[in-house]
Parts: sequence; C-alpha cells; structure tokens
Amino acid sequence: MDIVRTIAKSIRDYKKQSILTIVIVFFEVIIESLVPFVMSILIDYGIRENNLTLCIWLSVCLVVMTVICFITGVEAGFMASTAACGLTKNLRHDLYYKLQTYSFKNIDKFQTASIVTRITTDCTNVQHAYLMLIRTAIRAPIMLVLALVLTFISNWVIGLIYLGVAIVLGIILFLLIIKAHPYFEKGVYTYDDLNGVVQENLQGIRVVKSFNKEEVEMSKFDKVSTKIFSLFSNGEKISAFESPVSQLAIYMMMVVLCYFGTRFIVLEGSMTVGVLSSLISYAWMVLNTLMLISMVFVNIIIAASSAERIYEMLKEESDIVSKPNPVVEVTSGDVEFNHVSFSYGKQGEKLVLDDINFKVKEGDVVGILGGTGSSKTSLINLIARLYDVSKGEVKVGGINVKDYDLKSLRDKIAVVLQKNTLFSGTIKDNLRWGNENATDEEMIEACKLAQAHDFIMQFPDKYDTYIEQGGTNVSGGQKQRLCIARALLKNPKVLILDDSTSAVDTKTDSLIREAFREKIPNTTKFIVAQRINSIQDADLILVMNAGKIDDMGTHEELLKRNKIYQEVYYTQNSQGGSIDD
Amino acid sequence: MTNPNNRKNNLTPIQVLKRIFGYIWRDYKKIFIVVIFAIVISGVVSAINTIFIQVLIDNYINPMMKDPTIIDTTMSELNIVLLVVGGLYILAVIAIYIYTRLMAVISQGILKNIRDDMFNHMQKLPISYFDGHTHGDIMSYYTNDTDTLRQFISMSLPQMINCIVLIVCNLIAMFYLNWILAIVVLVLTSLIVLFTRVLVKRSAKYFKETQICLAEETGFIEEYTDGQKVIKVFNHERKAEQAFDVLNNELCKAATSANKYSNILMPAANNLGNLAYILVALIGAILLIQFNLFEVGTIVAFVNFTKAFINPIGQVAQQLSFVILALAGGGRIFTFMDEKVEEDEGYVTLVNVNVKEDGTIEESPKRTGKWAWKHYHKDTNTVTYIPLKGDIVFEDVCFGYTKEKEILHHINLYARPGQKVAFVGATGAGKTTITNLINRFYDINSGKIRYDGINIEKIKKEDLRQSLGIVLQDTNLFTGTVMDNIRYGKEDATDEECIAAAKLANADDFIRMLPDGYNTFLTNGGTSLSQGQRQLLAIARAAVSNPPVMILDEATSSIDTRTERLVQKGMDALMENRTVFVIAHRLSTVQNSDVIMVLDHGTIIERGTHDQLIAQKGVYYQLYTGVFELE
Repeated sequence: MDIVRTIAKSIRDYKKQSILTIVIVFFEVIIESLVPFVMSILIDYGIRENNLTLCIWLSVCLVVMTVICFITGVEAGFMASTAACGLTKNLRHDLYYKLQTYSFKNIDKFQTASIVTRITTDCTNVQHAYLMLIRTAIRAPIMLVLALVLTFISNWVIGLIYLGVAIVLGIILFLLIIKAHPYFEKGVYTYDDLNGVVQENLQGIRVVKSFNKEEVEMSKFDKVSTKIFSLFSNGEKISAFESPVSQLAIYMMMVVLCYFGTRFIVLEGSMTVGVLSSLISYAWMVLNTLMLISMVFVNIIIAASSAERIYEMLKEESDIVSKPNPVVEVTSGDVEFNHVSFSYGKQGEKLVLDDINFKVKEGDVVGILGGTGSSKTSLINLIARLYDVSKGEVKVGGINVKDYDLKSLRDKIAVVLQKNTLFSGTIKDNLRWGNENATDEEMIEACKLAQAHDFIMQFPDKYDTYIEQGGTNVSGGQKQRLCIARALLKNPKVLILDDSTSAVDTKTDSLIREAFREKIPNTTKFIVAQRINSIQDADLILVMNAGKIDDMGTHEELLKRNKIYQEVYYTQNSQGGSIDD
Repeated sequence: MTNPNNRKNNLTPIQVLKRIFGYIWRDYKKIFIVVIFAIVISGVVSAINTIFIQVLIDNYINPMMKDPTIIDTTMSELNIVLLVVGGLYILAVIAIYIYTRLMAVISQGILKNIRDDMFNHMQKLPISYFDGHTHGDIMSYYTNDTDTLRQFISMSLPQMINCIVLIVCNLIAMFYLNWILAIVVLVLTSLIVLFTRVLVKRSAKYFKETQICLAEETGFIEEYTDGQKVIKVFNHERKAEQAFDVLNNELCKAATSANKYSNILMPAANNLGNLAYILVALIGAILLIQFNLFEVGTIVAFVNFTKAFINPIGQVAQQLSFVILALAGGGRIFTFMDEKVEEDEGYVTLVNVNVKEDGTIEESPKRTGKWAWKHYHKDTNTVTYIPLKGDIVFEDVCFGYTKEKEILHHINLYARPGQKVAFVGATGAGKTTITNLINRFYDINSGKIRYDGINIEKIKKEDLRQSLGIVLQDTNLFTGTVMDNIRYGKEDATDEECIAAAKLANADDFIRMLPDGYNTFLTNGGTSLSQGQRQLLAIARAAVSNPPVMILDEATSSIDTRTERLVQKGMDALMENRTVFVIAHRLSTVQNSDVIMVLDHGTIIERGTHDQLIAQKGVYYQLYTGVFELE
C-alpha cells in the first residue's frame, strides 16, 4: 500500500487529467451500453411492426449517442495519455532527483545497470498500467454491472445464468493471474542481470576482443536470456489458459441462451427475437469486460514488480545529510583527523582505516604514500565527507565536517577522483563543472595551471573540442589534467589529488606542482601518489600501511628513519640516482 | 547530446514486419503452422456462432411461431443441433488453448533469439562502433526496444490473425445472406480503415520519436550514473537534474502525442463500427418496410453480422498501437543488427604443433604447448607452418582514426622475440594507437605490419588476438569471483594455474586478505577493490593466458612502485624469450627495456636502450632529467 501511495505522489499536476478521464469514461460507458438496448427497441417496435418513422427517429437517436460516445472516447483518450505520460515523467524526475541525493554508499549499493532499468523500463511499465487503469478502472465494472442489470431486466433466468458464469470466470481468471505473477516478477528482476551483462560487455569490449572472449560473453548472455525466456514463457503458459477459459464461458452462455431463449420465445412467449439478439450482445459485453479486467490486472501485476523497484529507489535515504542549521562557510583550509577509524560496512566490520591522527595548516602540501590497497583513497574520501567516519572526527577549518552544510563543504574541497570521468560534451562544458560561470580567461588560467592549455590549443577545435563518453578520445594523461583543471576552477580551500597524475609524465607532473605552489599557495593540497618525486617536497608526508599511518614527516626525516619510505625511494631511484633533485 | 547516429532507422515498416516473420518462420516454422491452423479453426467456429443465431431465428423460431404443430419435432431437432454446435464450440476452445499456449512459447522464444542474435552481432562489431556510440543508447536496444516486440508478438499477432479469419468468414456469410447489405457494410468499413490509416501514420511518427527519446535518456542516465561520484564531488546535482529534465520532458511530449493518437484508434473504430451497425439496421428497415426484400430474421442476423464483422476491426485497431510501437522498436533493433561487422579476411591460423627432431613441424590436434602459424598458399596449393615466435615488424605504417587526420606517420620498428620494447612519449603521441594496430582493433592506412614475417591482415583476427596478451589501464573486471576473472584469460586454466598467475602478478597477498579469498564475488567492475588491486588482477588475467606477445598499456600506473617492481620481476621471468611491449609514463617502468622508442606526434624520434638514450642526451635524456616536455 505504501508503494501505491509513494507512486501516487508523483501524479501531482496530472491529477486533474486523471480524474477527468474517469469522469468522461463514466459518461461514455453509460451511453455505449445503452446502444444495444435502443437497438432492440428499433428491431422489435420499428422493423417488426413496420413502423418506419420510429425506425428513423430511433436511428437518429442512436447516431447522436454514437457521436457523443466518439467525442467522449477521444477526449478520454487524450486525457488518459496526458495523465499517464505525465505521471511517468514525474516518476522519472523524482527518481533522478532522488538519485542525486544519494551518498557514495548509496551509489555503491545500486548498480548503474539497475538504476537505468528502473528509470526507463520500470517507469514505462507503470505508464502502461496507469493508462489502462484510468481508462478501464471505471469502465469495466460499470459495463459489467450494466450488462447484467439489462440482462436481468430482459429476462431474470438468463440474468442469473450470466451472473453465475461471470462469477466463476472471474474467480478462475483471478487465480490464473495470481499463479502467473511470481514468474513475471522474477522476470522483471532478471532484466537487471541482462542489462548488467550488456553494460559490462560494452565497457570491457576491448578486453573481450583482446582475449577472444566473444563466445564466453555470448554464453553469459545466453544464460540470462534463457532465464528470462523460461520465466516469462512459464508465466505466459499459465496466462494462456485465460483466453480459452473465457471463450468456453461465452460459448456456454450462447448454447444456454439459445436453448432457453427458443423455449421462452416459442413456448412461453415471454421473450422476443429482439430481446434475444440484445441478450447476445450483453453476453459479449460481460465476456469482454471480464477479459478487459483480466488484461488490466496482468498489466498491473507486471507493473507492480516494477513499482516495487521504483519504490525501493525512492525510499532509499542518503545516510549523509546536512545537519539542521549547518555551518555554511569554510573559513580555512586547516585539516585535522582525530582518532579516525572507518569501515565500509556496518559497525564491527573490518576496519579500513584504524585510528588516524594528523593535523595540517592551511596552505600545507600533504603527500600520501602507501602500497596498493593501503587505504589511501579511503582516507582522503573522508575529508569531503564522501563517506562518514565510523569513529573519531574529521575537521576542516577547525569544525567537524558533519557540522557543515554539505554543498558548502564540497564547494570548498575539490577532489580529483582516482577513477575520474569526463562527460560527453566540449572541453568547456566539462570545465564549467567546476564553476558554471567561469569566464574563458578563468578556464584558460586553470588549464595553464594544470598544464592542459598547450595540448588543448593543439586540438583543431581548441576549447570547443568534443569529448566522447568517458573521454575515450583523449589520452589518459590528458584526461587527468582536464580533471585537475576542472577541480581548480572551484577555487577550493582544500585540493585533493587522488593519484591524479599517474598517467602524466614526470616533467609535467612537477610543472603542475610548481604552478600550485606559486599560484594557489593558500590552498591546502593533498597529493596521493606512487612517485616519490611527486610528494617529496610536501610539508608533511603520510606513509600508509594496511589502514594505519606507519609514519609521518618530511622527506628528509622519513628517508632517515622509515623503512617503507626508504624502500620505495631506492626502488625508484636505484638506476637514475637522484637526478630529480 | 543528440547523436545523429541515434536517428538511424532505415527500415520501412514492411521490412521490419518481414524480419520479424522471418524469425518466426526460421525458428518455429512447424509450430507456427499449427498455430495458424488452430486460429483458423477458432475463427471459423466463431463465424459459425454468428451464423447459427440467424439459422436459429429463421429456421427454428420463426417456423415454430408460425406453425405451433411442429414445435415438438423441431425442438428435439434443435436439441441435436445445439449438441453439434456445442461440440464445435468445445473444438474451438481446444484450438484456442493450443494456439495461445504455443504462441506463449513462440513469442518468448523469438524475443530470446532476437536478443541473442543482437548480442552475438554486437560481439562482432568493430571497436570503432563502440567508440562512437554511448553505452546507454546500445543498452536501450536490449530493453526498451525489445520490450516493444513482446506485446506485439505475444498478444497482437495472434489476435490479429484471429481477427482476419473472423473478418473473412463473416464477410463471406454476409454476402451469402444479402449482397446489398453486405456492400453497405463494406463501404462503411473501408471508411473506418481509411480513418485508422491516418491515425496510425501520425501515431507511428511519434512512437518512433518516443523510442529515440527513450534511448537518449537511457544514454544520459547510464553515462551520468556511472560518473555519479564525480557529480557529487562537484556539487553538480542541480545541473544534472536540469539536463535530465530537458530529455525527460522531450520524452514525455513524444510519448503523450504517440499515445494520444493511438488512444483515439479504439473509440474511433468502435464508434464508426456502431455507426455502421445503426445504418445497416436503418437501411435494412427501409428495404424491408418499403420494398419487402427479405425477412426480419435476415435483418437481425445481418445486424449481428455487422457487429461481428466490425468488432474484430475494432480489436485490430486496439492492437495497432502496439504494432506501431513494435515497428518503431523493431526498426531500431534491425538497423542495429545491420551494422557492418568487423571484417576478417584472414586465413592464416594458429595451430598446435609438434616439432620433430629434424626440425620439421607437424600439426597436432592436442595441446602441445607449441604453436605455429598455418599458412595456406593458394597459388601453389601448399601449406607451410611457421613457428610462433612473437617477431613483430612495422614497415612504414601510417594511420589515422579518421581519413582527414593522420595520427601515426611512417612508423618503422621491429621487436625480436624475447625483446622488451617500450614506448614513451607525451600523452597523445600515439603510443596506445600503435597497440590498437597490432591487435587490429583498427586497420592501418598504409604500410605493413608483420607478425613472424606474415602480414597481419592475412592472419585470422581471432588467432592473432589469441597470440597477444593485452593489459590496459582501464581494467574492466567482470561480475563474478576473483577466480573467474583471472580465468578469463584462459578458460580451461586450473585453480592452481590461476593462483600461480596471481602470485606472479603479486596479487595473491591481497586476494587472500579478501573476505572470501579467491571466491570473493566482484560486482560493478570490482568497485570494492582499489584501482591498483584491479590492475594487479588484470595482469594476472593476462599472465594466465601465457601469450607469446604481451602488450602492457599503462598497466601498472596505479600500482605503487615497490609492488610494480615485484610484478615486473615475475613478468620478466614469465616473458623470457617472448616479446613485450610496454607503454608507461613512469620512466622507471621502462628503464630495463631492450629498446625504448620515444614517440612525438606520431613519429619515432629516438630509439635505443636506456643507457644509450641517456648517453645520447636527446629528448629521452631531457625527459628523464625533467628538463623538457614533449608537447
């Protein structure tokens, strides 16, 4: 029920159309149902009694009714499509907006492929169901009741028979749907897997082709598509009973009607031929409405699984939100870690960071060094509150990051992520992510700092060069420098580079650092790097090992006393000596 | 945002229908014939049902009312007729069950086959296709577009066949009863058909639009959700929302228009049908009363026929919107499936061989651990075997991703078996491009690349790639266990082999620290691992395939130098006597290479060993000492 309520919230500005549809359909169906009734009068009293005037009058009456039906039908169709598409639009809107509030943890939980299906296919399913619902929710029951009432008026025996058949048929159809539902529900979830396989295949297509793994990928896909096939065809095999059962019902009604009808007409004279033919119409009406109801039901059942998945996303609450009355200004770039521990899972799971303590002043350069998997990335992710600490506190500008308004905090802390993304669009479009009002001069300035200006100018379209999805048309090093420039445009108090120059050559790397030193001296800089010379001039170097700070100090201090540091230093400089100095 | 390629849908509706029926015919010919047969039976019985009412009134009720003496005999006769008709009805019900049940399997089967074919086709597309299309756009074919076919094949198709049978049967019956009234009905229905056609055309245009919008929106969501963390870091949520809203509103507009037109279809067909129904009654009444052309029973029957004739037309109209939608989706799917696949004219294959003592080579059906190129010479009708060594030569190679812009100019290089060849150079100098050419992701414009003396264009792509191990900077792990991911390099690798490869890549230590060790399940490209760990796994994956030529493209960029050194040691042992191409920015990665090529703007400007190049005091020296940048 909560699901329906949540989704109904997205109807909003389309409530009017939704209600109007139902109202219009109400009129339409009443008039439509009366057509066979008037028709039987036409046959019995017009044609049989050779009364041409009555025939003409009734015909005119019928034509008028049909025209009204047509107009209301079209109007209802218009309203319904506006309402259903509107609801879907709002749902998609709500889902996407919700997604934007997610924290990193929430994002880790949902896979991209699953989010894509939820916003597209699942919403489309809801749209189909809603469209059917508002067009038929009122129509079908009214038609059913009307048909039965009119039958009862014409002949109560036949009426009882119809009623009995309708009830039995209704129950059977209902049971069939209930039985088929689990298959459809699982089927919808399997779509996620299918999408997942396709998405992974697309992203890793180079790996697939290099390893000649097309066949393996095909069989992977085949497994999922076979699963979808068996789920849906099993479901549909059950649904396949619907139409023969309904047809059986109508034929039974026909035979019974013919048998009793003949007797009533010939023996008792309690029925006329005209009534018989309208009773046939009513039989069809009963059957058609039941079929309609079951079709709507099937659609609703399929949509119910989709609705559940939409609900799941809408109800997911971000675990990282701003406090009430938060601090909105980051006054300085001081950063302090106070007994910080952190784990990705729930409390008690393996600690990724264990009792981290350090303190740096505004404008300091902090180098972070450590082996693969030593939690360097996890550490710097805490500064911009991308994740919340499990224990202890992280302070920026002397204030706990949890006390800041999230947006203000992240505006002042620029993080260049390790796995970074450029978006399809021009270089300028991408740079404006940092500051949407950036002037051309500011962009050029930032690109010069990030040593990106020169190569950009070599592109035929310069700053208007179009970047493909994922930045496939620029090299790794170029991508990294564009990402740095983008971050610089934020004009941050704290700049965090998470291994952001790994694909940049040493010379450029040192030029970038030099530019930082000269042009943005008051920005606190965190540099996670593999190369010692990227960090050796830092004010403080943290040596990470297995989630702990092994040692910290300056280059000289660490070189004297820290084993890990020494080892790294000598492997990197064993052949070239200390040419970098 | 709008990729012009998205708009491609070159197929006419007829062609799309042909393709869909082609599938049905190819995979389910026999079953489909049974289905048609069953539908015809049910349609004929359904028409008999309508005729029976007329027979009942004219042949039984009216005579009995006129002449009460025959009531008893006629009644018992009628009972028998009712039994016969009842029997026919049961036959029809069985037929209906048969075809709905079979259609359930056919429709889902066709959908599966279309999906499978689409995916199989996709595996054969060249890399350039993937570089030019957004992932979400391609994903949309599998979901949004295939979905449109579901309703069409499983519901609309049988119903429409059924309706056509009904229409034909009823038409015959009507002409049999009274041709004048039949013509009236025909004229009226052709009006309905004309009207429907106009609506269908309108609606089709918007449905096409809807599918395109949906694909664009899918593309957007896929790209932006993949970069969601970047969005968070830049507080870019509002912007993303705005961009989404633009696409979403466009989609809503198209969908609303499409549904509006298709929603008119049903009331239009129904009411025009009713109109015809009324007119038939009126004209019948006039003819009866003024000219006394036929009996009352005929009119009653005829009115019923009109209804029975027009009803299925209404049902077809109701299904039409699904048909239009399916044609829009199907058109996109089949256009995608018509995309040109990667061409492969290679005929030189890689085979297992035994080398005899006298040095002659013999092909072996079993795995021998020794490989050779099997080269068939057409002109002499002979086969030669060239042992696989990993000798690679570039002769005057020029290349550009587009015709207008050449990226590599006249590259000449050779790599002898066992050599480690490194490429250094500024970003964008063309290092990665060179590797894209060796494995033929792209084909060169001019010049020649030889592998063990064979022009690589003659080598079957699959065999060529089998002989190359490639580790890229972007690791792309797949959903599955760590072990599965390593085994990706060699399907029949034992657990021991995989673990050995992991040890070699120095990944064993961290894998053992994972919650389930080698059985740890990775999702979403292995987000639970650090970038460096992912690279170690990618190296293990390549190591297990044990190829004669290995290409490492920035493969260790996120691995700390200490670990990298350990990895290198392992790799050097593995790659002894084999060829390795290394691309790296970190000069320490390439220092111990046999030859280092310095690339600048698509040209090799220096080559030699580390010591030679340092002594040469050229660009490499300057790079190494940090005095000079290549851009």
